[in-house]
Amino acid sequence: MTRKFFSLSREGRRAARALALGLALSLGGALALNGPALAQSSVVVQDGRREAIPIAVPNFAGGDLGRQIAEVISADLERSGLFKPIPAGTFPQSPDQLQAQPAFPSWRGAGADALVAGKVVPQGGKTAFEFRLWELNSEQQMTGTAFTADTANWRRVAHIIADTIYNKLTGDTGYFDTRVVYVSESGPKNRRVKRLAIMDQDGANHRFLTSGKDLVLTPRFSPRDQTITYMSYFNDKPRVYLFNIDTGQQEVLGDFPGMTFAPRFSPDGNRVVMSMARDGNTDIYGIDLRTRKFNRLTTSPAIDTSPSFSPDGSQIVYNSDQGGSQQLYVMSAGGGGGKRISFGDGRYATPVWSPRGDYIAFTKMKGGRFMIGVMKPDGSGERILTESFLDEGPTWAPNGRVIAFFRQSPGASGSVKLYSVDVTGFNERLMPTPLDGSDPAWSPLNP
Amino acid sequence: MRFTHPGYKIASLVAALFVVAACSSTPESAPTGGSTGAASAYAPGSQEDLAANAGDSVFFDLDQYNLKPEGQSTLQAQAAWLAKYPAVTLTIEGHCDERGTREYNLALGERRANAARAYLISLGVDANRLQVISYGKDRPFAVGSDEGAWAQNRRGFSRVN
Repeated sequence: MTRKFFSLSREGRRAARALALGLALSLGGALALNGPALAQSSVVVQDGRREAIPIAVPNFAGGDLGRQIAEVISADLERSGLFKPIPAGTFPQSPDQLQAQPAFPSWRGAGADALVAGKVVPQGGKTAFEFRLWELNSEQQMTGTAFTADTANWRRVAHIIADTIYNKLTGDTGYFDTRVVYVSESGPKNRRVKRLAIMDQDGANHRFLTSGKDLVLTPRFSPRDQTITYMSYFNDKPRVYLFNIDTGQQEVLGDFPGMTFAPRFSPDGNRVVMSMARDGNTDIYGIDLRTRKFNRLTTSPAIDTSPSFSPDGSQIVYNSDQGGSQQLYVMSAGGGGGKRISFGDGRYATPVWSPRGDYIAFTKMKGGRFMIGVMKPDGSGERILTESFLDEGPTWAPNGRVIAFFRQSPGASGSVKLYSVDVTGFNERLMPTPLDGSDPAWSPLNP
Repeated sequence: MRFTHPGYKIASLVAALFVVAACSSTPESAPTGGSTGAASAYAPGSQEDLAANAGDSVFFDLDQYNLKPEGQSTLQAQAAWLAKYPAVTLTIEGHCDERGTREYNLALGERRANAARAYLISLGVDANRLQVISYGKDRPFAVGSDEGAWAQNRRGFSRVN
């Protein structure tokens, strides 16, 4: 299932997404697609950390819009930590000169390894966007694309271009054309107002999805459509809900006699796993979204919660205190006994399987500190990525390279903010939100 | 420490006094208002009445949900108080401190609320009068980040419906 998802060709998905955007995608022959396979040649790995690639992202030709596009692309690449955009003051050519012919030695002299050259041309109410990526040492074009889109979609076009550059130069799938749903927080800690909110991964296009009247927690994206599952205290009955982002429609999920919480979609989007607590016992249940039938997956008298599917859908990692303290366990997606995988010193919680399948991210509590870490699905290779008074709730970018989480600072007036960190533990960044934020969930690549 | 529920200080004091009252099997002798100036400030069978005359909260140790002797005493007083007001129903809120993860704390809060509920039922309170809800760490009583505040937040709070 997942293998299929990830082997679906880049261009195939690009085309599908372009269609959804209303783009007339034309991969113009004039752009001489795909030069020699230079993709990995610019990447240097040192101690598990990639050297940032110096790249020049001058304004696209075509006025303000050309400048704005370049700014979004440059900011995306810089934020990833894998690119170092060189300062605009060092650019040897104007956007128009660049369109005629890149002066390769001059750009190399400015310190860049790669160069992005593009232009935007108004086209009957829409805009034609065109870009090329040059590898400066070989003076080869690595890729080039031209497409037409509604001008209002320019930010998405910029993210798609940034994803293409990221892919060509690192070999990994990009993650810039994505969104983050999270819980926006305001007010005093004992009367916190919490609202679902959604934004592009760079913080743009922020909007609130719920009013704040009801306490809401732990939103998660469907990997397949515009649906979020989350927990709401609507009518004083804490239950798991579905929320359709396009229509705003909400519905309670299942008719459970007790509190339901900790929901998460299966990789095919057809199921939701969650916890139900009743009479002091919390177990994990699965519900089929097509039939609405549910089945119980754990039966221990312990607290079993925070389930997360492996990307092939065959296994579930979850949090249980069946051994006396909170630890991570893996069981078959059909239920049955779990096998403990966390054996380090401390308590482990909120496991989330990487969409790549290679790691499980978690929250670890040890010595009064909270950490975000990763381990392999068999429990080996544990690495701690972040640590503070309270770091919690990792979520993976769809390429499995970047993790977002939230960080709370102590005290009555402590803040709660979203952060991202590379899976290597480097490049920790604040993710700006209008108010405080918690419980981030990264979307799949936008459709 | 900052207490955000005004009834708390009174409640803990009165609960301590009521251990004696409950053990001497005379809980019904508690004033129902009017006997003192302070007592007349609340209606019989109200949240304030519960807080003043039985105690509205039981407290738990870190990561635990077993009732402590003080908590059992408070619940004994609550059972006696409920016997006096048969029309009153309670929702027992389970709460946790901030030193745990959100989802696990939702489950732990539910365990705590149910521990209190089960004890009240064992004392003869009709199960249908007792609902539970867990807020995990999301509705703390004390907003500080120290052991005193955390102890306040590991709580089963009985809310009069």
